Amino acid sequence: MSKIEVRHLAKRFKFSKQPLLSEVNFTLNENEIYGLFGENGAGKSTLMSMIADYNRPSAGEVLYDGENVHENDVALSEIYFMNQDNMYPKKDKVRQIFAFVESMYEDYDVELQDKLVKEFKLDVNQKLNKLSTGYQSIVKIIISLCVPCKFVLLDEPTLGLDARNREVFQRNLIETYSENPRTFVISTHIIDEIDRIISDVILLQDGVIKMNENLEDIASKSYSISGPAEDVDSYLQGISVLEEEQLGRYKTVHFMDQLPQREVPASVDIEQMKLQKLLVYIMDRGEK
Amino acid sequence: MQFDFNSPEPIFIQVATQLEDAIFTGAFQEGAQIPSTTEISKQFKINPATVLKGMNMLVNNELLEKRRGRGTFVKQGAQEIIIKRRQEHFYNDYILNLINESKKLHLSEDDILTLVKRGYDNEQDRS
Repeated sequence: MSKIEVRHLAKRFKFSKQPLLSEVNFTLNENEIYGLFGENGAGKSTLMSMIADYNRPSAGEVLYDGENVHENDVALSEIYFMNQDNMYPKKDKVRQIFAFVESMYEDYDVELQDKLVKEFKLDVNQKLNKLSTGYQSIVKIIISLCVPCKFVLLDEPTLGLDARNREVFQRNLIETYSENPRTFVISTHIIDEIDRIISDVILLQDGVIKMNENLEDIASKSYSISGPAEDVDSYLQGISVLEEEQLGRYKTVHFMDQLPQREVPASVDIEQMKLQKLLVYIMDRGEK
Repeated sequence: MQFDFNSPEPIFIQVATQLEDAIFTGAFQEGAQIPSTTEISKQFKINPATVLKGMNMLVNNELLEKRRGRGTFVKQGAQEIIIKRRQEHFYNDYILNLINESKKLHLSEDDILTLVKRGYDNEQDRS
């Protein structure tokens, strides 16, 4: 099994006081779907671009199966980065771009490409710069799902896509992943739409990894409890609270911990906390 | 199939429960093939590994069987196993909840027995 290890990675820009990334450590294993989250400007795109060697770190290293990825052809042929910037000639027609990518990769999946073109209703005779923002994303999505790479990094893949096309993307991501498992790293702000597709959560904040955990483990210890304030409080005694809201005597408490061993009062409701909420609470707390 | 993503129950257990329900109601017939993990994953946007984990629970419980290269099928006798098990759990799942809720509503034991009787009488009238 291949893996990518990010070790002590840092990125500083010349004219800014704070480093963007100060000490980033994590491992990407094969055949998992990671969600990479963080606020605007947290450094998600920069981190992805350094993993794919589009950009050099100020310190630290990225290893593919133990070897540095920098100018490493073996590693870079297995890592695909779907960039937010456009890397293809703007005046080329979509089908010329597809033909170019196909010529770069021996096992490029042309069959899947044709299926996706149909499902997304993409006009391949159009020039890239004549396409809408959404369709420019779609061209890049199609390429990233068809390249035969073990690690595929998707930076805001659904930027500008309408609801229907986001569905088409999610369905096809699951389908191609099931048929041909590989690793995806997806950064997005629309957490609700992928919070059941991903297997692992990576949260980037203040230049470090704030959270790196399996989704199932997170789900087994992130709850929202509501009911009459005194019942909620006595049930949750000793638990460290992430956030609470109160409407009169009705209280909702959000926390990240195991459920207490005590008996659940009949007046109290237990719900799973949504990942999106959990991440927002953690990020807010980090700033206080 | 329906999933409650606010439920504190893990998704893979919900997958198992939903598949079990479908066998119980006869939506998935004994001996018939059930949808693949990919189909279920795609439809509900759930990670395929999670779906597989739920499905494997039913394989371990002898409700489903995998046939190499052909897919997953409902085992003969699966429905009967589910009915037996649900009968055993009826007390915990329904009766204890009923008592709990009736206490909150200040309904006595006699009130509840009367209501149960009324329910059965209505049932008979209808049939």
